Amino acid sequence: MSQVSETTVEREIDTSQMQVSKTEVAIDVVNMHKWYGDFHVLRDINLRVMKGERIVIAGPSGSGKSTLIRCINRLEEHQEGQIIVNGTELTADLKRIDEVRREVGMVFQHFNLFPHLTILQNLTLAPIWVRGIPKAEAEATAMHYLERVKIPEQANKFPGQLSGGQQQRVAIARSLCMQPRIMLFDEPTSALDPEMVKEVLEVMISLAEEGMTMICVTHEMGFARQVANRVIFMDQGQIIEQNEPEEFFSNPQHERTKLFLSQILH
Amino acid sequence: MTDIGFVRSELVTARPAPVRTTGAIAWAQKNLFATPLDTVLTILGLLFLAWIIPPLYGFFFGNAVGPNGTVEQCRMENAGACWAYIAAEMEFFIYGFYDIPEQWRPNIVFALGAILLVPLLIPKAPFKRTNAVLFIVVYPILSYFLLAGGVFGLKVIPTEKWGGLLVTLIISVIGITLSFPLGVILALGRQSQLPIIKTVCVGFIELIRAVPLITILFMASIMLPLFMPQGMTVDKFLRAIVGVTLFTSAYMAEVVRGGLQAIPRGQYEAASALGLGYWKRMWFIILPQALKHVIPGIVNNFISLFKDTSLVYIVGMKDLLEAVKTKNDTALEWQSANTATTGYIFAAMVFWVFCFGMSRYSMYMERRLNTGYKR
Ligand SMILES: Nc1ncnc2c1ncn2[C@@H]1O[C@H](COP(=O)(O)OP(=O)(O)OP(=O)(O)O)[C@@H](O)[C@H]1O
Ligand SMILES: [Mg+2]
Repeated sequence: MSQVSETTVEREIDTSQMQVSKTEVAIDVVNMHKWYGDFHVLRDINLRVMKGERIVIAGPSGSGKSTLIRCINRLEEHQEGQIIVNGTELTADLKRIDEVRREVGMVFQHFNLFPHLTILQNLTLAPIWVRGIPKAEAEATAMHYLERVKIPEQANKFPGQLSGGQQQRVAIARSLCMQPRIMLFDEPTSALDPEMVKEVLEVMISLAEEGMTMICVTHEMGFARQVANRVIFMDQGQIIEQNEPEEFFSNPQHERTKLFLSQILH
Repeated sequence: MTDIGFVRSELVTARPAPVRTTGAIAWAQKNLFATPLDTVLTILGLLFLAWIIPPLYGFFFGNAVGPNGTVEQCRMENAGACWAYIAAEMEFFIYGFYDIPEQWRPNIVFALGAILLVPLLIPKAPFKRTNAVLFIVVYPILSYFLLAGGVFGLKVIPTEKWGGLLVTLIISVIGITLSFPLGVILALGRQSQLPIIKTVCVGFIELIRAVPLITILFMASIMLPLFMPQGMTVDKFLRAIVGVTLFTSAYMAEVVRGGLQAIPRGQYEAASALGLGYWKRMWFIILPQALKHVIPGIVNNFISLFKDTSLVYIVGMKDLLEAVKTKNDTALEWQSANTATTGYIFAAMVFWVFCFGMSRYSMYMERRLNTGYKR
């Protein structure tokens, strides 16, 4: 059973900018299948994410949540169906893949900061070498985002000198420095102690408040309730059920969902 | 009735440490005579030193003939090392048969090399990029024309005449600067998804590693000309450099591959997710970490290469060791009981100084590059 916690960040959510576009599609996954060798890990996935949507993906361990969001920036390759991100279809074409990756930020469970670079270098590397932004400007942007995640004073330290929560906030800032249109989170808080979970959720909520399109694989049900406009439940490589958070938690339909929720919500 | 509660009534004031926990006696007690076995080992060690040091001291210093001595002194009954011989033949050991009036040319090459290399090795020194370009591009070209001559009215000196430390250093510096990048490329190629590149790299590495360096030098000297068009010859010196470089690069590739494998997949993924393409990913993220992991192995290869240059005598070149050997065998005017020994000791000392230098520098770099991320 996956680790589930219900850390709540106690504050009112400012919903003024949290609008979901009715017409602009951010991600469109159509009849998508993926295999690892002979193992059919994702089966007939259909998922349309509109610009500004905040989606939480939940489900038991091994249900394919990570695999699904890793397909969206092609860290994993799908074999059938289509994945269209910001209007670009993901194929074997490397140029298109890089195009998509530039616009899609990803935050990992284990942060994956670059240990040999300082925090500031971690944040400016991609803007300078992928976007071609001048160094001074990239550094200014980096400091701006470090302030947003509330650790500007750590800019010249190395990742190894930071706490887990600080590292994860740096990782989020690193993605934001590329000014992505979509953010993917793969269990961003599950390697963290409870106090640190809160500081990372804070940052994620503030991102949501700014209208960022986000897909979060997470077991933070408090977060799902507070900011998600859709919860997707996966099992055995399939989307079993999806709904608005209120409905999803109070009135689950599928047996598998009910079982899952009964196990995690006491 | 419980008696667990405790409140301190008097504070303990600090006292000086008891005698014998600091100072030389305490140190000796702790490190040399802690147990009976330690005591026995210490005494045995001291006896061994007492046995070995006096004769060594006598050979190297006490009974040795200094640089200003004469061959007669070297031939005396219990004379030690014949440093006078080394001093007298120093020119040959450094330059080989290089024309004596032209020896200022290698001297400039040596000096320029040191001037360019030292700041390159000091992390804080400025202008790293300019410095590197000068050292890697300008310096070799300049050095070649200076040493070989034939331009600007410089007398032509064929490579057959080059020798001694000059040859050892040229082969190793070029070998090191070329085999390292080549090894990295081979290692990357070996991990490539593209089957042709992968096969070529694996084939090359496995072929070269399975063959002794001597064989490669032979092949480079004897086989290579067979493939060349008629009348076209490749300089013997160049062939030796190519042989040594290819040989080391195969080993280097395997060391680097070890480093690449130590990098967690998350690093590749994070770099990819930021939109960094293959080369940028490798250059900025993967290689800096991978190479740092394998500095000891890399330097090990450099040291091997430096010492392996002494094998080029196989193809008729007079590197430092061969120059010493030649003089040992032919300098009849210096014949004495210890002449040859002294010559070899001198060669060993020169090799040791360079190799030890590389070793210390690599340890310094390891410490410096440690950003302490293991937690
Ligand atoms: N590289 C791989 N090769 C083969 N099978 C894999 C690979 N990666 C994942 N799998 C399998 O695919 C399935 C889905 O994995 P995935 O990581 O997407 O699950 P998840 O829903 O993210 O689980 P968790 O909550 O534990 O992170 C699992 O059964 C896993 O064993
Ligand atoms: Mg997962």
